Amino acid sequence: MSASTFQAAGGMAETAPSPWHLRTLLRTGVLGGVVAIYLCLVGIVPVFADRPLIVGVVELGQAALLIAFGVVGYLAARDQVGVSRFRGVVASTVVGAITGAFLTGLVLVGSVVDLRAVFLNASPELYALLTNGQGTSWAWYPILVGAITGGLAGVVAGLPARLRSLLLISLGSLLFFGLFAGLLRTPMLVTPLAGIARFLLAPDGLFVPGAILVFFGTMAIVVIVRGVKPRQRVDALPRTQRRLVLGPAAILILVVILLFPLAMGSFFAQVIATVALFILLGLGLNITLGLAGLLDLGFVAFFAVGAYTVALLTGTGEFGLAHLTFWQAVPFAVIFAMGFAIVLGLPILRIRGDYLAIATLGFGEIIRILVGSDLLKGALGGPQGIQLIPKPIAVATTHWLAGPIQIYYLALAFAVVVAFVSWRLRGSRLGRSWMAIREDEDVAEGMGVNLVQTKLLAYMMGGAFAGLAGAISVALVGSVFPTSIQLQLSINVVAIVVVGGMGSIPGVVLGALVLIGLPELFREFSDYRLLFYGIALMGVMIYRPEGLLPSRIATRELHTADELVEMDDADLLAPDEIAERSAP
Amino acid sequence: MNVRRLDRLTDVAIDVFMFTFRAVIILVVVVGSALTLASGKYTAADWFQLAGKGITLGSIYAMIALGYTMVYGILRMINFAHGEIFMGGAFAGYFTAVALMQTGALTASVISGLISIAIMILVAMAVSIGLALAVERTAYRPLRNAPTLVPLISAIGASLFLQYSARGFFGSGLYGYPSIPFLNAPAPIPLLNMRWVDVLVVVASFCMMGGLYLFIMRSKVGTAIRAVSEDKGTAALMGIDANRAIVMTFVIGAALAGAAGVLWGLSYTQVAWFMGIVPGIKAFTAAVLGGIGNVLGAMLGGLFLGLIEVVGPNLFLSGFGVPSVTQLKDVVAFTMLVLVLVFRPSGILGERGARSRA
Repeated sequence: MSASTFQAAGGMAETAPSPWHLRTLLRTGVLGGVVAIYLCLVGIVPVFADRPLIVGVVELGQAALLIAFGVVGYLAARDQVGVSRFRGVVASTVVGAITGAFLTGLVLVGSVVDLRAVFLNASPELYALLTNGQGTSWAWYPILVGAITGGLAGVVAGLPARLRSLLLISLGSLLFFGLFAGLLRTPMLVTPLAGIARFLLAPDGLFVPGAILVFFGTMAIVVIVRGVKPRQRVDALPRTQRRLVLGPAAILILVVILLFPLAMGSFFAQVIATVALFILLGLGLNITLGLAGLLDLGFVAFFAVGAYTVALLTGTGEFGLAHLTFWQAVPFAVIFAMGFAIVLGLPILRIRGDYLAIATLGFGEIIRILVGSDLLKGALGGPQGIQLIPKPIAVATTHWLAGPIQIYYLALAFAVVVAFVSWRLRGSRLGRSWMAIREDEDVAEGMGVNLVQTKLLAYMMGGAFAGLAGAISVALVGSVFPTSIQLQLSINVVAIVVVGGMGSIPGVVLGALVLIGLPELFREFSDYRLLFYGIALMGVMIYRPEGLLPSRIATRELHTADELVEMDDADLLAPDEIAERSAP
Repeated sequence: MNVRRLDRLTDVAIDVFMFTFRAVIILVVVVGSALTLASGKYTAADWFQLAGKGITLGSIYAMIALGYTMVYGILRMINFAHGEIFMGGAFAGYFTAVALMQTGALTASVISGLISIAIMILVAMAVSIGLALAVERTAYRPLRNAPTLVPLISAIGASLFLQYSARGFFGSGLYGYPSIPFLNAPAPIPLLNMRWVDVLVVVASFCMMGGLYLFIMRSKVGTAIRAVSEDKGTAALMGIDANRAIVMTFVIGAALAGAAGVLWGLSYTQVAWFMGIVPGIKAFTAAVLGGIGNVLGAMLGGLFLGLIEVVGPNLFLSGFGVPSVTQLKDVVAFTMLVLVLVFRPSGILGERGARSRA
């Protein structure tokens, strides 16, 4: 919409004075105002009001509002920049001011009516933040800030593309390091770098020198990378030499990954182990949802089966049955999860599409309630769960493999193995059958794919991966409770697969890193994690249904219109180019 | 050849499995009921009391189910966020109730109390309609013609967004509806042992559902909605604004869900940010049970599900000596969900609306 308006405006500029699109401007401003008020009342602004991003300069809560102003201004300017840059700045300033005016309105209304009776976050602290601590007489303050920030965003929008992206990347990096500075600081304090860490990084956020360093450092790196163009250079190398460059790079990355927890401490190890666990789960669901197109909202059931199997078989507490080692119990966990997938799968696999999602959701909830109920309390421990589960590798507590570091390596190793398995599965006859079913069940059946068998296999494989993840998670935590098998977990996994890109293995890894890793690192944010997932699910479905790192086939499926154009292009290609394109 | 034999074998295996599945369920229901009744654990009065509770719960489910069934009928999508629309209504009703409580109107007399409740319902309806319109506009409309799973996932996203927004706005605690003395008094209805509030819930929901039924069947907008459900293209050719019909469907469904939220709050007193999800799924079950797209079916399905959920655990399970059966009421309801979806996805009264799901 905005792109076409922009082009139309640009085209007309030479002949007639182009319109200002006042309605569009007003709408952007109102939308921005609603978003800004939402950010305030949902708690993101006030809750993070005391969390510095750059110490003494800006707090995270304010930054959220500034970003809202900036985005609104940027959007407004983008519609006008085609006419003239000056116009873009004017438009973005106005829109920023409109957005700010909504906050002014919030302050004024809040000074008359006690909004706190309804919205917990409409606190005096929020009003103080919005008025710079000066009370209602400063209610105009958000308008000023909005106009300035919006205007600056308008200036940025008018910059040449390269400079603009350079600035935006540097700002993004500033935000990133501001959020995670404390995490970097802690491990650095025990090294010789402690002095530098104390100078640049605060326990929360960056100090001013650190911020300057990060901002200009990122700029420098981007400029250098752009100048060197490593990717094009490597691509341009002949095959043998490329291997010479990429081989050592791969080994270097491997070494970094292996030494990572030793250098960064066990907190990071724990986070990455969790991420690896979700990669396992994601790869499992990637088969059922991504390849075979079966939306399973009760995925957590298989996780539970794996977890409880290992807990029962290895536990040393009152519910331990066999006192096996972890390694002896894992095959059972996987097999039981697969068996469970058959039992659950057989009745429901003839249901299709959206009904299947709800049926699996029902199954997941049934399992959760049964596990925690008095009925199975004698076997599964009821709400108290099963505790005292030994670690996979028994070592003394002083050994370097003790604690989360062990699980880090374990989960990572399993994730790599499972990624390999699912990569091979995807290219196999079975994998192609799955994708055929996803595309069109009837056609697939017509081509000789046995629907029930193939779907069941997808279900079983997904279940097996989830069972494995459950087994590892029990070893990670050392206990299992009915509360650890919530619907939330299934939703998490669905979000990973959907956001990363259905059917794409790198997508799952990226999805897990972004959706699990970042929130795990940024603990204060955990209350808003699922809020963010909700927005991510809607946004991805609307703007990029193939996900962030899509597999080729999914892109083709979801963009049939673009694909038709592309196919026309393909007709014009030389035959050898076509061969090159279709090569995997 | 070998492959074909394997195929046939799996087919037979599945048939056997499905037969066993069905047999086990029937056996549990029949034997369980027989054992329970034989044990004489519950008197007839107990059963009537449970039935009364079931009808109250069921009429709320029925009201929510109408929203699911109508949206599914017209758009062929599960409006996963509908439970959160219900939650929004419950919260709106709560805050209105608190305000009315401060003025004293809620408890002053029976008449002013009833008027206050009507105001609460109207406010809740307005809020729910606003929410539903926003969700429809942002999360569903851009995806009208996308493959089935795409709008469903977007709807799940919308549901999460609304849940956690409510949590951000109102905090993670439970809110208790103000207690209204005249509603908590027992109603003079023999056997069912209902409170006045339950009577109010049942009467109000039946009135609203009856009104909705007449509206759908008689009014011009209702006719338009039915026509668009039947065939969007042809309806458009007849000069019906399909978009408007779809929006009206969301409005009507949301209004009922909002009202249901207030009734839920009055009857069960507690509202919270997560309250929408489970009643939402159950109401969807009710909608499928009655035949999706079928307005009358959703009402019957809701009542039936409410009854099963309340009576079922005691009737089917306690005979086997299962401890604390009420813990398992959701298990009974969700089993019902799976059974309906597996064995009778077209529901009791049959589906209505656009081409049967092929």
